[in-house]
Amino acid sequence: MEVPNQAIPSMGVSAPPVQPSPADLNPHLHPDLLKESGQREVFCGLTSIVWLHRRMPDAFFLVVGSRTCAHLIQSAAGVMIFAEPRFGTAILGEKDLAGLADANEELDRLVKDLLERRPEIRTLFLVGSCPSEVIKLDLAKAAERLSAQLLNRVRVLNYSGSGIETTFTQGEDNALQAMLPLLPSSDEEQLLIVGTLADAVEDRFRLIFERLGITTVRSLPPRRSTDLPPIGRGTRVLLAQPFLSATARALQHRGATLLSAPYPFGVEGSRDWMAAAATAFGVPLARFAEVVDPLVERGRRALAPHREVLAGKRLFLLPDSQMEIPLARFLSRECGMELVEVGVPYLDRQLMAADLALLPADTQLSEGQDVDRQLERVRAARPDLVLCGLGLANPLEAEGIATKWSIELVFSPIHGCDQAGELAELFARPLRRRALLQLS
Amino acid sequence: MELTLWTYEGPPHVGAMRIATSMEGVHYVLHAPQGDTYADLLFTMIERRGRRPPVTYTTFQARDLGGDTADLVIRTIRQAVDRFQPEALLVGESCTAELIQDQPGALAGGMDLGVPMVNLELPAYSKKENWGAAETFYQLVRTLLKAQLPAPGTPKPSPSRWREEGRRPRVNLLGPSLLGFRCRDDVLEITRLLGEHGIDVAVVAPLGARPADLLRIPTADANVCLYPEVAGPVCSWLERSFGTPVVRSVPIGIGATADFLRELHAVLDLALPADLETVEGQPSEAERRSRLPWYSKSVDSTYLTGKRVFIFADATHAIAAARIASRELGFQVVGLGSYSREQAREVRAAAAELGLEALITDDYLVVEKAMAEAAAELVLGTQMERHSAKRLGLPCAVISAPLHVQDVPARYSPQMGWEGANVIFDSWVHPLMMGLEEHLIGMFRHDFEFVDGHRSHLGDGAPASASASTAPSPEEASATSTAVATAAAPAAGTITAAVAVREALESLWTADGEAELAKIPFFVRGKVRKNTEAFARERGLERIDAEALYDAKAHFSR
Repeated sequence: MEVPNQAIPSMGVSAPPVQPSPADLNPHLHPDLLKESGQREVFCGLTSIVWLHRRMPDAFFLVVGSRTCAHLIQSAAGVMIFAEPRFGTAILGEKDLAGLADANEELDRLVKDLLERRPEIRTLFLVGSCPSEVIKLDLAKAAERLSAQLLNRVRVLNYSGSGIETTFTQGEDNALQAMLPLLPSSDEEQLLIVGTLADAVEDRFRLIFERLGITTVRSLPPRRSTDLPPIGRGTRVLLAQPFLSATARALQHRGATLLSAPYPFGVEGSRDWMAAAATAFGVPLARFAEVVDPLVERGRRALAPHREVLAGKRLFLLPDSQMEIPLARFLSRECGMELVEVGVPYLDRQLMAADLALLPADTQLSEGQDVDRQLERVRAARPDLVLCGLGLANPLEAEGIATKWSIELVFSPIHGCDQAGELAELFARPLRRRALLQLS
Repeated sequence: MELTLWTYEGPPHVGAMRIATSMEGVHYVLHAPQGDTYADLLFTMIERRGRRPPVTYTTFQARDLGGDTADLVIRTIRQAVDRFQPEALLVGESCTAELIQDQPGALAGGMDLGVPMVNLELPAYSKKENWGAAETFYQLVRTLLKAQLPAPGTPKPSPSRWREEGRRPRVNLLGPSLLGFRCRDDVLEITRLLGEHGIDVAVVAPLGARPADLLRIPTADANVCLYPEVAGPVCSWLERSFGTPVVRSVPIGIGATADFLRELHAVLDLALPADLETVEGQPSEAERRSRLPWYSKSVDSTYLTGKRVFIFADATHAIAAARIASRELGFQVVGLGSYSREQAREVRAAAAELGLEALITDDYLVVEKAMAEAAAELVLGTQMERHSAKRLGLPCAVISAPLHVQDVPARYSPQMGWEGANVIFDSWVHPLMMGLEEHLIGMFRHDFEFVDGHRSHLGDGAPASASASTAPSPEEASATSTAVATAAAPAAGTITAAVAVREALESLWTADGEAELAKIPFFVRGKVRKNTEAFARERGLERIDAEALYDAKAHFSR
């Protein structure tokens, strides 16, 4: 394929040229990044299992950890997925702590039992936790050993979802990285969408890319854990989720090109995200306009009623899923909200470049958390809406501050022009509800 | 190493959080990594608490491990005490911190905090949530009452000292906590019940208590151990150290409430009111304070007789449920078990009384299997059993933690005392179909109207082919009606065929068969006709006479 020379202009008018790099970023754009450390009201990476296991129905996620790990996933998942789940916890007991040799034997026995019960499983992820990391239980070696034993039947991979190393959505980053060594090499021209999307949303994007004439589109993670996409020089990577820093870098090391774009939240973000792919694949501007403009038009219409509710309202985003920056961009630019503070668990400027560039220049960013101090800032600012986790939502509501639960955003289909209305509605609903209730 | 998919209990530090969050003025510093704050949502979401749990987490990370995590602990304790000004401080660690052995409690002990501090050592790799709650409550009470401990050899206080002191007797209600089952309303109900008997409540703890309230615990004449899972150890310790007697009957159900009142009166040396006297083992008059006895005797409840019920819960609620089910509702208990290993002995004894072997496990799949094998008709369990029962298509009532947000109802709905028995009657019986309703649905079971849920008179009409197909199973029948609903056009042909079949069947009836059929009440007649015809077809009968009708009746009454 020829290198395209006709870049499709982005909608984000204040956006830099399509390929921003960290060097392009004006370090003074967001001058007062607030760095905090202290108590974090954030899940650990194990929580990613809740959506990863649904994405790959032939994979099982076995956490090697404590009762706390099991209780965490169960509480985070709630009863939404109560069934025979495709995840579980190998709970370490006192005996396992006393001797690592025994712990390895125990793990092998448990995996064997598990796989006998679940013969449909093709990939088993051994997921490291805080306790397994601290006692230095070598899950890489365990995965190697078990893979050899289960050759041609089940692939055993390992990664860490521990809270001492990962926050909430970083679990997916680590899981994908663990899959990378299994990806075959090929220099075939392809578009690779990286990051879990709802199946319906993914189908929709594939259809749009097909209409644009981008013929080979693959996904990581795939829908079947064994259906692994090849990777190489012809691969253009489009990140669907903003929390895959390590995976993105590892893919680049395998020869893939990382396309820079805002994340596909909202009409503008989704349109520019698709435009990045279209530019990379030399899709003519006219063709792009023909396919995408009607979607943009329709998306804007769907957004309009929610914009009426949200415009001018002040939003405070607490750090949670790493989606905060692209969401803030969408809510400020397309819904007219004012940003009080945009908190992220950690700031990856390269991955966030396109979205950061579209944030209002005076946006207060914060990285990390000291929850009590951050809540003091929330109380002082009295925002109209706070994006936060479930541990904080009711306490803030009880103080009279409207909230939007952040966990819903990782479970709901919110990507793409077609979902822009729904995404805005998620934020407008708490405000609409408060307007409806005639209660003291 | 043990494989767990879903767990009944959290780790022991979550038990400690339940104590801290139930109380006022207590703060808990927890040495724990990022992620452990998930436990906050148990309180803010399930209990809909409008305040964050009073817990400060150190949130250590991998990069801290090389350095000085002990310093992080000290800093966190200092900040938490400054910020929250607690009246008592709990210091402990979660599973990971236990491994790095910073001993936060010992560190706190070396600091001049100016508040009572409890060093919680809760072994995360061998114990669980309820144990952690009980241990925390015990350690906290013990720490706060240290100064009041009577000297060895001090005579036990008389439980009737209230008389000498010229006041009403008073007791403590120990054990109610957040994330326990209906504790909020049980406390109200029991307080009211005690008031009716002239007994005051000194301290309710941990729910709603401040550390200063715990200091008043020894002023009570007796301790009521409302929830042994949480208050068992502390009540035993108070009995040993302060000589305070313990009332151990848990007042859930009619018989148990009466037993509780009798035990309470005996312990306090109070005269038993006449309405609690039993004559020749007959139930006492007081029991009529609840509607359960009459509701259970009324004819509609006849259908409850021998219902096969499977019970799995924490020990307190499981044992209580078994007694109510077997003696007060006339159910047949076909399975009894608990995840509370600490109270396994009591559950085993309750099961043995019913001729059963108790199931003591924390593996919900083992419970689900036992439930299916017991051929239960009603399940009384936790949220886990609710889901298992749903999968098995069984009605279920939740009677114990672990909870879901729906188990914390807005309305007053205690489990204890006379009103608790009313609530139990309603909530266990409603998942079942009501008496006459069940009787009728049993009779009409094979009618298409009942095949796929209840049909509405607003639409759908009769699936024309249903009567023509040979004795459809419910699944087939619903497939048929779906097919009819989606393909209305060819229905005319089906109707013609159905009419032919109808006529053929009608011709089978002999005169005495028809006469016998006519004697059957009109509202069941169509049903009996259809069943009898299906029976005749199945058996290849050429004629349906009165005998065939009775054969069919016997066949369908299986």
